[in-house]
Amino acid sequence: MSTIKNFSQMTVNAIREGTVIDHIPPHNLFKVISILGLNGINNQITFGTNLESRRMGKKAIIKITDKFFTDDEINKIAMVAPQAKLNTIRNYKVVEKREVQVPDTVTGIVRCLNPKCITNNEKVTTCFNVLSKTEVTLRCHYCEQVMEADEIRIL
Amino acid sequence: MKGKSLISITDYSKEDYLEILDSAADFEKNPDQPLLQGKVVATLFYEPSTRTRLSFETAVQRLGGKVIGFSDVNSSSVTKGETLKDTIKIISNYVDLIIMRHPMEGSARYASEISDISIINAGDGANQHPSQTLLDLYSIRKTQGTLENLNVFMIGDLKYGRTVHSLLMAMSHFKPTFYFFSPEALRMPSGYKHFLKEKGIKFVEGSDFVPVIQEADIIYMTRVQKERFSDPIEYEKNKSVYVLNNAMLEHTRPNVRVLHPLPRVNEINLDVDDNPKAYYYDQARNGLYVRQAIICKVLGIK
Ligand SMILES: [Zn+2]
Repeated sequence: MSTIKNFSQMTVNAIREGTVIDHIPPHNLFKVISILGLNGINNQITFGTNLESRRMGKKAIIKITDKFFTDDEINKIAMVAPQAKLNTIRNYKVVEKREVQVPDTVTGIVRCLNPKCITNNEKVTTCFNVLSKTEVTLRCHYCEQVMEADEIRIL
Repeated sequence: MKGKSLISITDYSKEDYLEILDSAADFEKNPDQPLLQGKVVATLFYEPSTRTRLSFETAVQRLGGKVIGFSDVNSSSVTKGETLKDTIKIISNYVDLIIMRHPMEGSARYASEISDISIINAGDGANQHPSQTLLDLYSIRKTQGTLENLNVFMIGDLKYGRTVHSLLMAMSHFKPTFYFFSPEALRMPSGYKHFLKEKGIKFVEGSDFVPVIQEADIIYMTRVQKERFSDPIEYEKNKSVYVLNNAMLEHTRPNVRVLHPLPRVNEINLDVDDNPKAYYYDQARNGLYVRQAIICKVLGIK
């Protein structure tokens, strides 16, 4: 157990400049990586998963060296990691802590659950209006179908 | 220049509705007004709906415009795999307005985003059919003299019936009281009921409309379709509960009118047809004037 704790601490501490994304649900770690486009960049990236978390049971964590995110960029992961916390690291110190905010509209991340929706039948970028941010509820901008949190599927 | 489009009934405000109804009333007095002279309108019907298409095409012709288009996907390039995007891009070069019906939900919204000219949605799958809702509003105002403070009965399939959902949204601007009557399995979806609660609009929900029918100003009937029931016994039990017959109208208010988006199956008995309270045939005729008004509104010519 102590090794896990150490790893968790190490991931936060060992980075000099960059960003640590904490409290990611382990099953969505790779979705977060994909949404943020981390598989296409050359920065040094470390991640740990299935780490113990008092709040979540298990969690995943990502640290990215020399990479900082705007609110718009980071809020894209709200659909898959609504509890994620962002630590901005400068000179080994956490200089800022941010929480992910659910945006008003979600573009190009989520798939519409309606098989008759135009977005599932032609090459159309999906777009959803967020009806509720606490229990995330989305309405498709095109077919107007409403999706509850447990129905949301990532593209 | 990006044209204005009518895709969803909620694209319009209360003021927009009233403007269209006033304009439609003017067209009812005088349907032949050459406001579209020199203009060409495309009617793209990816699935057949003869009544809606003829109503729109008549509206264009009565306004002095010309119509091109198709009413059968088999005779168009769509079957050769052309995307909706390409069809809309190309046809929007030729015409001044596109009126489209398409089986995919959201197709009309998408078309309005890729087209430089106005789009009127004549039905996108089970989603929206705003000209139907506007002609319902027109029929209600015409028969009641107002849209405000009416008791609106909605009877039949309230779960899947898009016409009742759109009418609910549109009427919510006018302080109605709704009475919902449907089989248990076809109740009004909770999202709409939440919406009404938030807006402070009264509604009653039940299974038998006969005991309270004397409260109604508008009786809006919809089809209860067999395929909506997983259990055929449930369908048999429910189908006759939601049939309106002439005797039921005996003690109703003198101003009450029976509406139905048509086509009907058996939910309105034929003996209702000759009752002056039956309004569904006039309702269909009103569609012409309302569609003239919608066309002029999106084109900004009246
Ligand atoms: Zn959709």
